[in-house]
Parts: sequence; C-alpha cells; structure tokens
Amino acid sequence: MLAVFILKRIMQSLPIIIIVSIISFFLIRLSPVDPLAELKLNPSISKETLEHEKARLGLDKPVYVQYLYWAKNFIKGDMGTTVTGEKVSDKIKERAANTVLLSLSVLFWTWIIGIPIGVMAALNYRSVFDRLLTVFSSVGMAIPSFFFAILLLIFAQKTGWFPIGGLTGSGFYSMSLFEKILDVMHHLFLPTLVLTTISLAGLSRQMRANLLDVLDSDYVKFARAKGLSENRVIIKHALRNAVNPLVTMLGFEFAGLLSGAALTEYVFQYPGLGRLILEAVLKSDINLVMASLMIGSFMLILGNILADILLKLTDPRVRVG
Amino acid sequence: MVKLFNTRRYKLKNPELRRFLKDKISVAALLILVLMYLGILFAGFFAVYDKDYSNRKLSYAPPSNVYFIDKEGKFTKPYTYNWKREFNKDTLSIEYRQDRSHKYYLKFFKKGFEYKFLGFIKCKRHFISVEDGGELYLLGLDINGRDNFSRLLYGGQISLTIGFLALFISFPIGLLYGGISGYLGGKIDNIMMRFAEAIMSVPSFYLLIILAAILPSGMTSSQRFALITIILAFIGWAGFARVVRGMVLSIKTQDYVKAALVSGCSRTRIILKHILPQTSSYVIIAVALSVPSYILAESGLSFLGLGIQQPDASWGNMLKEAQEFANIIYRPWLLTPGFLIFVAVLSYNLIGDTIRDVLDPKSKIKA
Repeated sequence: MLAVFILKRIMQSLPIIIIVSIISFFLIRLSPVDPLAELKLNPSISKETLEHEKARLGLDKPVYVQYLYWAKNFIKGDMGTTVTGEKVSDKIKERAANTVLLSLSVLFWTWIIGIPIGVMAALNYRSVFDRLLTVFSSVGMAIPSFFFAILLLIFAQKTGWFPIGGLTGSGFYSMSLFEKILDVMHHLFLPTLVLTTISLAGLSRQMRANLLDVLDSDYVKFARAKGLSENRVIIKHALRNAVNPLVTMLGFEFAGLLSGAALTEYVFQYPGLGRLILEAVLKSDINLVMASLMIGSFMLILGNILADILLKLTDPRVRVG
Repeated sequence: MVKLFNTRRYKLKNPELRRFLKDKISVAALLILVLMYLGILFAGFFAVYDKDYSNRKLSYAPPSNVYFIDKEGKFTKPYTYNWKREFNKDTLSIEYRQDRSHKYYLKFFKKGFEYKFLGFIKCKRHFISVEDGGELYLLGLDINGRDNFSRLLYGGQISLTIGFLALFISFPIGLLYGGISGYLGGKIDNIMMRFAEAIMSVPSFYLLIILAAILPSGMTSSQRFALITIILAFIGWAGFARVVRGMVLSIKTQDYVKAALVSGCSRTRIILKHILPQTSSYVIIAVALSVPSYILAESGLSFLGLGIQQPDASWGNMLKEAQEFANIIYRPWLLTPGFLIFVAVLSYNLIGDTIRDVLDPKSKIKA
C-alpha cells in the first residue's frame, strides 16, 4: 500500500516539475544575456567545448526546440559547463549536498528544541514561561537572517571560538574520520544557530497551538475521564496527534530553509546551493543558474514528498487526494 | 453641582478594535510603527542633510557628540564639535578627533536645504540642524561621507513602503486567481492549481535573486523600484491563492450562493460579490502577517546588491556596508539599518498576531 502511495505522490509531482522547468527556462531566456558570452570571453575554454555547448543548447533553433534540447540533456544528467569550465553537474552535486547537510542539521535542532518548548508552554498555558516563549519567538521571527549572521560573525571574530567561512578547516584531508566530523560540526555551528533561531520560533508556537487544540478535544477528555494518569494522557493520546500537523509543515519548513539559507550561506561564505546560485547570477552563468534553480526545486518537491510519506506513516488516516 | 466633564470612559463601539487596543504590547508596536512612518513621511523635515549630501573628507567619521553640560558643569543649550581628520603615524591609520576650538550650537526649525514637505509643499525649515559652519552627524557617516541618520530616513521611505505596494499587487491577484480556480473547479481548477504549486515549488529566494538579476541595468531608480515591487508580488501570490481556493471550495456549496445562481447572477458577480467577501477576515490576517516577509525580502535583496541600487538608500543596501569586518567592529553605527528592520518587522509581527487573535474565533487557543 505504501508503495502505491509513494508512486502516486511522485506521479502527482511530475507535472509540477515540468511547469517549473518551463517557467525557469523562459524566465532566463527573457534576460538579454547571451548564454555563451562569458564562455567566449574565457580563453581557457576550448573551441570544441564552445561548439558542444552551442549544439547542446540548440541556439540556432527556435526557443521551444531549445527548451526540448535542454530538457533532454538535463534528464541525461548533462547540464553543461560553468563559465570557469567546470562541469555544472559536479559543482551542483557538491553544493546541494552541503545545503542538505545544513538544512538537516537545522531541522534536527529545531525539532529537538522546539517540540519540548512548545509542549511545556502548552502544559503551562498562560504561565510566565508561556509568555516568555511568545516574546522570544516574536523576537526570533523578526531578526533578519543576514543581520543575525553578521552579529554572530562579530562574535566569532572577537572570541575566535568559531571558524569563519567554509565547511572544512585547513588540513581537513589529513584528519582522521572523527576529527573530520568534529571539524564539519564546528563549521556548521554558526549557520545552524542562525537558521535554527529563526525557524524555532514558528515550530514551537505551532506545537503549542496544536497541543492546546488537542488537549481541548473530546478524546482527551474521555481519556482523562477513564481515569488515566495525566502523563499517560499527554504522552499516549495528546502528543501523537499534536505532532501530525507538524509533519505536514516539515515540507514547508524545508522550503523556507532553502530560501533562508541562501542569505545565511552568503554571509558565512558557506559552500551551499544558495550561495552558488547567487554567484552564478552575479557572473551571469546561465547554465549554472538554470541547473541550480531546477535542483533547488527538485529538493523542495522531494522534501514535500518525504514529509507526506512520513505523515502517512504516523497518521494512517491520510489519503492521497 | 454641574458636571463639567464626562468622567465616564469613552467606549469604542467596535468590539474587535476594543480588543485590539486592550493589548498593550500591540498598541506599543503600533505606536512605534506610527513613529517610523511619520519619520519617513516627513523625512525631509527630520533629515539634517539632503539626499545627495556627501562630505568626502569625513568618510566613516563617528557620530557627533552632543553636549548639554559645558565644561563648568552648567546646563547650556545643546552644542557639538566638528570632527578633525588626523593621520596617526604610530598606527598608520586615520583618526577623527574633536576640534574643540569652536562650539557649534544646535538649532531647531532653522532654514536649510530645500525639500518638499509632504511631497508637494516647498519648504526649508528643518527640525534639527546646527549653526553655520558646524556639522551634525547624529549617527555617523558612511564610506562616502554621507550622513547615516538622514539616509536612514530616506531609506525607510523605500524599505517600509515597498512591501505594502507589493501586497497591493499580489493580494488582488491571489484573491482573484484562487476565487476563479475554486469556483470553476474541475479541469481548469486542476491546471490553475498545478501552476500555482509550480511557483511555490521554486525556492522563493532563488527565484527572487534570478528575477532581480535579469532586470536590465540601465534603469532609473523609480523604474527599478517599480520592477522590484512587481517581482516581490510575483513571488507572493501563489500560496495565498491556494488558501483562498480552499475557502472558496467550501463557500460555494452554501445555499446563498446557489440562491444567487438561481436568481440569475453572472459568474463574475457571484465570485466578486458573494464569495470573495466571505474570505475577508482571512485576507486581513494574511495581509497583516505577510508585510514583514516582504520587508525582509526587499532588504535581503538589496543587501545582496540586487535590489535598490546606490546612490538611492534602502535599509538593505545600507546594511551592505556591514559586510566588511572592519566596519562592523570599528563602526557599529553602520549596523543601525539592521536594528530598524528588526524593530519594524517585530512590530508588524506583534500587530499581526493580535489581529489574528481578535479576528479568528478560535484565537483563544492559538498562539
């Protein structure tokens, strides 16, 4: 049954991916930039590469044929070369993996911290703790991510406790596996802190609201009336149902993370997809822009699908509709 | 005894407004926003220097100190000293010292550069300025020797309004799109919703960057402002349209809609007059909650150098200077635009929360 569900869900996303690709293709074609201009200017790019690019993009043919060419190559995994002559697919693979790593790390910490906070606030409804949470979450949501990142950079610079920029320190390749993991975690800390602070607010509020809703429902009242202990009511009956809407939100959260991460990556010089697309845009590197836009959308859609599957696992009532 | 004053407190008739005003935090937030908008509305009046002012000799000079107590310890009219640029031979850097030889008193409502009061009345009076020959930089100078305080006012004119303008474009579109899609249903609904979902599936900031980057470079600043507004609107409408569609789906099954249909109303009329007004409380909540995200989007875009361009000021592009380490450590006054963005967004969030609590009947529980 689950396999059918997954298949159905993937089939549903196919038209969306096609529309996204059409939108992004024509948007970029709208720009007055010659897609080969930068390549032509670069002396290290050989004539053959240029010819290959021209044929690959089908530049001498009408726009919709160009789109089909592009789509065909994209499916085959050939995304062309960047202005500096590297393969787009290689570059994107590396950067996308870094962004996923950052996003997962943020999601992990938001859930680990946000859910207990939300639960505590709901159980102590209208207490001092609850009010404090409201204040802090408002503040957390209002800080512009890039501004917070800058403030943390000052902190890192002054104390020297955290490395600035990149994902790996010097001498990374000579480290043992354990040291490597520590090093990456050390570099991930500040970007994660920025993004977690911002998404924590929304998640803990949502959790609080959900749990309050559920605690007010009839089946919880019934469970209490049955004489179950309060702990059992909350853990067994209330919590499970309160978490379900959050699983749906997971997909949205992931979308927000991809966007929010772009600025944070930029400030921290973190080698992620957001920074890549920004660099590509500034260098008017058309191939790279197209490909990273597509991959970004892929990741988003995939995130949504995964969230739906997860929801199906936790909440058997869900059907594809 | 004649009762001179009516001591009974005036009671607001509108219960929603009354509930809103009872919330002290959101009233405070509202006051802050009113102050900010007054500031940018009368930017010319409050600004010490005009838009194009730049003092190249004093790049990165710190804020002027204003003194209320003179050397003898007596209260005086507020005065300030000018900055003197000096080259420190030991540290090989430029330092600014106060030129204590001459006091310059602050002046209020003095005549200065000409500006348009409220946009059309020519005027020369300024709220605060300094005696002739004196220089008053309340929040220091930037790299080009431009007055940070005045630029914050001019920048606010863009940063605090662009989101609103974008909302005025994206909400009608989203409302109409969602309304049509939900009302017509069937295949059209399917296609329209797939398209909206496709827009939502592109990480919005990526799309924002790309759209801003394909803008041609030779534009006037007002053209650029308009296009950035449209781009922001283009990003925002889809999610909103989807929620409206969901609401319309449930509204259209109600009896009064069928009654309107039977009595011969056209589809357009039913959508515009009978269905969409029902979504109004959601729309108000959504507007109130989405202003901050537009402000953040504009400032992020300008921060990256893709939004409002120099020499025009916006809080985002002013913060661009904070990308340099030396600036954030030695010249903290350049971080002020960031604080203003924070305060504005926070105020909007707090107000939005309260509006939702007031208008949403389930609000007794919701956060």
